[in-house]
Amino acid sequence: MVSAIFFAREIARHDAGYRCKLNRFREDATLAHTDQAEPNRRDFLYIATGAMGVVGAGALAWPFIDQMNPDASALALASIEVDTSAVEEGQSITVQWRGKPVFIRNRTVAEIEEAQSVPLSDLPDPLARNANLPADAEATDANRGVVGKENWLVQVGICTHLGCVPIGDAGEYDGWFCPCHGSHYDTAGRIRKGPAPENLLIPPLEFVSDTTLRIG
Amino acid sequence: MAGHSNYVPQSAAAKWLESRLPVISLVRGSFVDFPTPKNLNYFWTFGGILFFILIAQILTGIVLVMHYTASTSAAFDSVEHIMRDVNFGWLLRYLHANGASMFFVAVYIHIFRGLYYGSYKAPREISWILGVIIFLIMMATAFMGYVLPWGQMSFWGATVITNLFSAIPLVGETIVVWLWGGFAVDNPTLTRFFSLHYLLPFMIFGVVLLHVWAFHTTGNNNPTGVQPKTKQDTVPFHPYYTIKDLFAIIVFMIFFAYFVFYLPNYLGHADNYIEANPLVTPAHIVPEWYFLPFYAILRAVPDKLGGVVLMFGAIAVLFILPWLDTSKVRSGAYRPLFKQFFWIFAANAVVLGYLGAMPAEGIYVIMSQICTTIYFAYFLVVLPVLGFLEKPLPLPASIADSVLKSGSAGSGTPAAAVSAPETK
Repeated sequence: MVSAIFFAREIARHDAGYRCKLNRFREDATLAHTDQAEPNRRDFLYIATGAMGVVGAGALAWPFIDQMNPDASALALASIEVDTSAVEEGQSITVQWRGKPVFIRNRTVAEIEEAQSVPLSDLPDPLARNANLPADAEATDANRGVVGKENWLVQVGICTHLGCVPIGDAGEYDGWFCPCHGSHYDTAGRIRKGPAPENLLIPPLEFVSDTTLRIG
Repeated sequence: MAGHSNYVPQSAAAKWLESRLPVISLVRGSFVDFPTPKNLNYFWTFGGILFFILIAQILTGIVLVMHYTASTSAAFDSVEHIMRDVNFGWLLRYLHANGASMFFVAVYIHIFRGLYYGSYKAPREISWILGVIIFLIMMATAFMGYVLPWGQMSFWGATVITNLFSAIPLVGETIVVWLWGGFAVDNPTLTRFFSLHYLLPFMIFGVVLLHVWAFHTTGNNNPTGVQPKTKQDTVPFHPYYTIKDLFAIIVFMIFFAYFVFYLPNYLGHADNYIEANPLVTPAHIVPEWYFLPFYAILRAVPDKLGGVVLMFGAIAVLFILPWLDTSKVRSGAYRPLFKQFFWIFAANAVVLGYLGAMPAEGIYVIMSQICTTIYFAYFLVVLPVLGFLEKPLPLPASIADSVLKSGSAGSGTPAAAVSAPETK
């Protein structure tokens, strides 16, 4: 490998000598030189060629990057419909939406009251994180439940810390507890304690009939 | 490298080749005639051991791919197929899975050797930095390889680690979806990890060549940290270190074989023999043992972004280590205070590993925070300050001196004790 470097150095030396001669020739011929303050046609051509090359390389790189984004078949699974008629008060079901678990819980009155009694100032994340409301909606219990059917709490069952699935009816706040890194969520799915930064996310949803819930 | 060879081609064929591609003098200069300090101890054999494991991992990996199927519906079954049906499949898979652990056993010893003997200091900074890059690629490779069997730990390990990137402000979520190729870890994630898991070892191989090239340009460090001065300080690489390295590799192979044949699943997790289920997270997610110290640092911080930053920072700090240590003396053998801090740091790293395996609650979180502080304090406070406070022991005049006078190299025997002129 040293000999390779040596070889490269030799080339560079020859090249430098060649350039010296060339520069002398250029001065005679008053040709372009980078030291000159006045940009000329050659400088323009250099920059234009270089810029074109960068744009071309970038355009060619994009398909290689974008192929990793979700493909058409992944995007096609955007919405599901769920029959909630069998879910009694105090029960939960888990369905799969876009490869993620979604918790659908029919909350008891006690759970709702517990969540309503919490002052907003006690919440680490004051935002509702509800895709059906404006992004700055407050994390009140009403803003967490399904509009008009506050007993229903529907949320993506992915801990907002590092993506584990929290366990239901667990934790210090009677809601969910993430076993991976110890995040506690309350009965409205709001983060109360632990490393998770946000409340459990509420997906875009709508009751299309009395018992049929569409997610997505 | 080639410059160290005084090889002159004799046969007509060798002359013909040498004048077109000087590959014989390159190999002889690098691995035969290469002048190597004569006092290297067995900690220096881990470079050779690591090269052996890299080759072994590549070979077992290539043959495993002949039987593995990268698809969420077939991956788990194809691994069981390898274990039960493929001829010697159980051996090849256990060699590969335990080989990953052996790789980290050896690399951690190799890194700590460098930390103790100051191998990161001038003029070997580039070799050290290339080593840290190898370490990073190794971790990426091991992580993606662990996802391939598509067990519960594979799936949830992949979920937790890829979610680390969601901590990045603004673009985090976009990056995670891009890494997954969907809205959760799924088939596209598995297939791309498979592709990269096959690619990265060859990139490691390339960086290893640069790593070796760099320290063959500066010369090896040695237990005294004193640069070789005369021919008395070195011996040719072959046969002295080829045989010593080979002996060490064979001893290491016995250790490796013990795990492969008697404890093949000891370093794994039983949960990974359950097929991946996106709806159920195992009660206790733990990464592989070699990631535990970094995992403990991640969990020590009660803030998502902070934890991720510190975890990556724990490795990033190694890149600037050559400029953090202010002491002029390389080898820890001649630094009485450094030596104590080094062993505190080493013990602390082991404790961090233990804490990474414990649940993130109560006393364990507080201990993780203390140990994380010690980890960073070693690099950012102790090493910069120690160079000014410490009074190092006198260095030997040369490697030959230290070998012949003290009996054991790097023992810290003052060079002033040397007086016999016949050893010079």
